Amino acid sequence: MSYDTTTLWGIVVAVGLITLALRLSFVLLFGRIDDVPPRVERTLELVPAAVLAALVVPAVVALAPSGAVVAAPPKVIAAAVAAGVAWRTENVLATIAVGMGVLWLVGALV
Amino acid sequence: MSVRSDAAEGARAIGPFMLGVVPFGLITGISAIDAGFGAVQTVAMSVVIFAGASQLALIELVGDSAPVAVVVVTAAVVNLRYLMYSASIAPYFRDFSPPWKWLSAYALTDQSYAVAVTEFRDDETGIGRRRWYYLGAALSLWTVWVVSTAVGVVVGGSVPPGLSLEFAVPLTFLALLVPSLKDQLSGLVGVVAGGVAVPAAALPLDLGLVAAALTGLTVGVLVDTFTDWPADERPGEMEEDA
Repeated sequence: MSYDTTTLWGIVVAVGLITLALRLSFVLLFGRIDDVPPRVERTLELVPAAVLAALVVPAVVALAPSGAVVAAPPKVIAAAVAAGVAWRTENVLATIAVGMGVLWLVGALV
Repeated sequence: MSVRSDAAEGARAIGPFMLGVVPFGLITGISAIDAGFGAVQTVAMSVVIFAGASQLALIELVGDSAPVAVVVVTAAVVNLRYLMYSASIAPYFRDFSPPWKWLSAYALTDQSYAVAVTEFRDDETGIGRRRWYYLGAALSLWTVWVVSTAVGVVVGGSVPPGLSLEFAVPLTFLALLVPSLKDQLSGLVGVVAGGVAVPAAALPLDLGLVAAALTGLTVGVLVDTFTDWPADERPGEMEEDA
């Protein structure tokens, strides 16, 4: 572990304050700025897709220094099945449960 | 209606979301301890930040020993969507007193936003009901989030490593990602960000996530601005015309 307790507290407090500022922003400004410019709103609507995809994909597929794609079959299959479950049910618990089940099953078979 | 029944109704409305929040909180607690956070610190993080996806992202980066600035900026980018929620819900909070505004904003999450906007959009809801319905929903979610993080902290050490439980983290993100891809432009942004994230993982200072997310966003905005694709209706632009 590379960070001491004080640094970790610093990270928690800094992210907490930034997050609170983002949540408060328009709630406090309402009346002064009545409307979010449509272009800004449109851009913000795209944030979840961008951020979440950038979090998910590298956890399943990696690139070796040689440039070759490295992907463990159990993870790829589990992620694909879980994506199907998420699409059909939009249920977090079901997605995690099926994904982990497939990961263990394929891991035991391969 | 009374304060109590309004609050209880809000709590009931957010109930179905709890099923997703519990495993999310457990995983947050378990992985924070793994990454070197203290027990009290982990629970405090869920109180202070109260935003699961950003917490998991920052825990992962801390585990990788990424520079502090990268950890903070990444978490902030993950939470940019709160600007959108804040803007969208602000009209319903406009007549709240300042302490109520601060409390309500602090408790704003994907779930409380969804529940409140669905309830308030339909008709003119009085200030009392707006306050208590929202607070009932938001604070019950808060309680479940903090408690499930704490349970994750407690059970974390006893989870056998062979279970690859760390894979539950990307699965949680996947569960949130897939529904967000249901319009075409978001789909494009997700494909670009996800595709860029793979080679970007080799970037120094763990900047891969931020770089990939910003690349995806930029492509999305450029396509939206300079092309007619996708051809289906765009709510943002229809408001502009009106």
